[in-house]
Amino acid sequence: MSTTAPRVGLFVTCLVDMMRPSVGFAAVKLLEQAGCVVEVPEAQTCCGQPAYNTGDRKTTADLALGVIAAFEPYDYVVAPSGSCGGMIAKHYPLLFDEGTPERRRAEAVAARTHELISFLTDVMGVAAVEAAYEGKVTYHDSCSGLREMQVKAQPRRLLQSIKGLELVEMGEPEICCGFGGTFCVKYPDISNDMVDKKVSDAEATGAGLLLAGDLGCLMNMAGKLKRRGSALQARHVAEVLAGDLSAPALAEGEE
Amino acid sequence: MDATSPRFPANVREAFSDSQLQRALSKVPSGFIKKRADARDRLPEFDALRDQARDIKNHTLAHLDLYLERYVDKVEAAGGKVHFCTSADEARATIIDLCKSFDARTVTKGKSMIGEEIDINEALEGAGITPVETDLGEYIIQLRHERPSHIIAPAVHLNKDQVEADFRRVHSHLPPDRVLDEGSSLVNEARQVLREKYIAADVGITGANFLIAETGTSIIVTNEGNGDLTQTLPKAHIVLATIEKLVPTLEDVATILRVLARSATGQEFSSYTTLSTGPRREGDPDGPGEYHVVILDNGRSGMLGTDFQHMLRCIRCGACLNHCPVYQAIGGHAYGWVYPGPMGSVLTPSLIGIDKAGHLPNASTFCGRCEEVCPMRIPLPSMMRHWREREFERHLTPQTVRWGLGVWSFFAKRPALYRLVTGIGARVLSNMAGQRGRLRSVPMAGGWTRHRDLPAPAGKTFMAQWKARAK
Repeated sequence: MSTTAPRVGLFVTCLVDMMRPSVGFAAVKLLEQAGCVVEVPEAQTCCGQPAYNTGDRKTTADLALGVIAAFEPYDYVVAPSGSCGGMIAKHYPLLFDEGTPERRRAEAVAARTHELISFLTDVMGVAAVEAAYEGKVTYHDSCSGLREMQVKAQPRRLLQSIKGLELVEMGEPEICCGFGGTFCVKYPDISNDMVDKKVSDAEATGAGLLLAGDLGCLMNMAGKLKRRGSALQARHVAEVLAGDLSAPALAEGEE
Repeated sequence: MDATSPRFPANVREAFSDSQLQRALSKVPSGFIKKRADARDRLPEFDALRDQARDIKNHTLAHLDLYLERYVDKVEAAGGKVHFCTSADEARATIIDLCKSFDARTVTKGKSMIGEEIDINEALEGAGITPVETDLGEYIIQLRHERPSHIIAPAVHLNKDQVEADFRRVHSHLPPDRVLDEGSSLVNEARQVLREKYIAADVGITGANFLIAETGTSIIVTNEGNGDLTQTLPKAHIVLATIEKLVPTLEDVATILRVLARSATGQEFSSYTTLSTGPRREGDPDGPGEYHVVILDNGRSGMLGTDFQHMLRCIRCGACLNHCPVYQAIGGHAYGWVYPGPMGSVLTPSLIGIDKAGHLPNASTFCGRCEEVCPMRIPLPSMMRHWREREFERHLTPQTVRWGLGVWSFFAKRPALYRLVTGIGARVLSNMAGQRGRLRSVPMAGGWTRHRDLPAPAGKTFMAQWKARAK
């Protein structure tokens, strides 16, 4: 590790900010353990995907410029999400015409943007975590993380460094859970069919905990599991890796 | 064909209530998907071949006028004739005129999605000509008066017992006590029935997987050999194709064929790859007396030079359908027009208009699996997003969605205000959930809570907690 610690701007993501702050704190802990200085720029809100995927390019570009300005000062931009990370890393540059200053700025930030877990392993060289967990877990490959950010082996490798944790694979870990942002409310019946198949696959593993790297997928799967009355719990992978399970699992009560 | 795509949500409900369909769809993942993966794993250069295949088609599309001209010259030199048609109407009229010129009463047909696109069977029937589908899947759905639900497996929405019942109903001249419970017995029966039709046919119509500029050859690939009998036995062979089927050379086709069957069915090669160049020549033992190629545009040239040009690389392997979790859930008919699945969600709006097909590019989670498996590396999700942009620009996006997006973006562009609103939202939802940690119903969130609980927020946002911690 270099003598000067890298300065990481944490892109919290709108879902973690509002729905599950524990993931943000787990991310901070993991990044600090890896030797990063973590800052959380005040000016961030959302990466803009709701607008982007509804076809509103103008609003998307406006939001992107806000994010770019907020994160330009950092060595790295890290998000506890393959989806939001992918948006910044892969899609932001495409919002601006080639040759424009905006395009250059977007490309510069995009090149320094990472999904949390792959950042820890691929950039910071983290090979193991200090957490403890007793029991079987299964891991869902969120689509953007998998296909845009090439997150596949990294979370599994870190999970397997946890003593007592047994990772069991689903039949189809790479198939979409049916969240898809606004898709899940625009086409609820299709989304329901997809999430139903997904959680059945997860339940069949016999794991007690379902993990993923994206909160959208997790809220979808956890919401479905609870509606089905399942005992299978769901958490963001960062919470387990950080060894902080103090918040109840998603959609679980305090009782 | 009248598109039912505008009624997509109703089509979806129907698909979910169709237990036969759901039973048939449950077999897609273990079949096509596993076979493709195995075929890919057996060929180390598979991904490199995909790049080559993409480049070949990109080059062809960049010089399409040149290759079309050369193709026409070569077809004519071989004694065939090419008919360019801009619209479905024109293609139908051309084919009917040709059939009439041969006094055709019966026409055998190889599988052709372009035939579906222009409703050629209805047109033939209207002209007093009987079309007979010779591909097994097409034959089955013709008996049932249905449309293909998949571009390479037209009857994939059906189960074996349904087909058996249809055969018993239609082939009433065969002994009623015959055994038909095996896939192979169904195939044999269809073959036996079709054999007589081939001989009686006056004209054979096939599609084309490729048109080769270098030689004026059309190529079809089949697994049943039905294409060969369709095109060699009758007096005339009519090839029905579209402009983007052009490929410069035989060698180029050889490259693309290496990814086609592997992507489609997991075969290394289809059982039959049939090349046709012109009509029967002197000394040929068999072949049609006349050879005609109908080349249809039907809106495709308008895609050249646009965001949607990539789509013209499509070789109709069906991999994107097989791997699409939405297609797996609802099947092909729900999409409401000729081309289902991801490739249809991009192509259909180009051909019938985004005003009619708007649901299709929206009914995707952008999971990206289609692009991941496409042998021609077509960026299907990006193009679906382009369609959503066209919709948004033309104010075709539902008003409630535009309004919601407007409110959300007003706050998202103003971080301080956004903090305030999300802080209130998190607290309200958290209070509503109480100790339970989740909500069974939330006003205006019925799309979510109809099928699943909403995990409740912790109470305070991350940003608020972070700020408090930093102090």
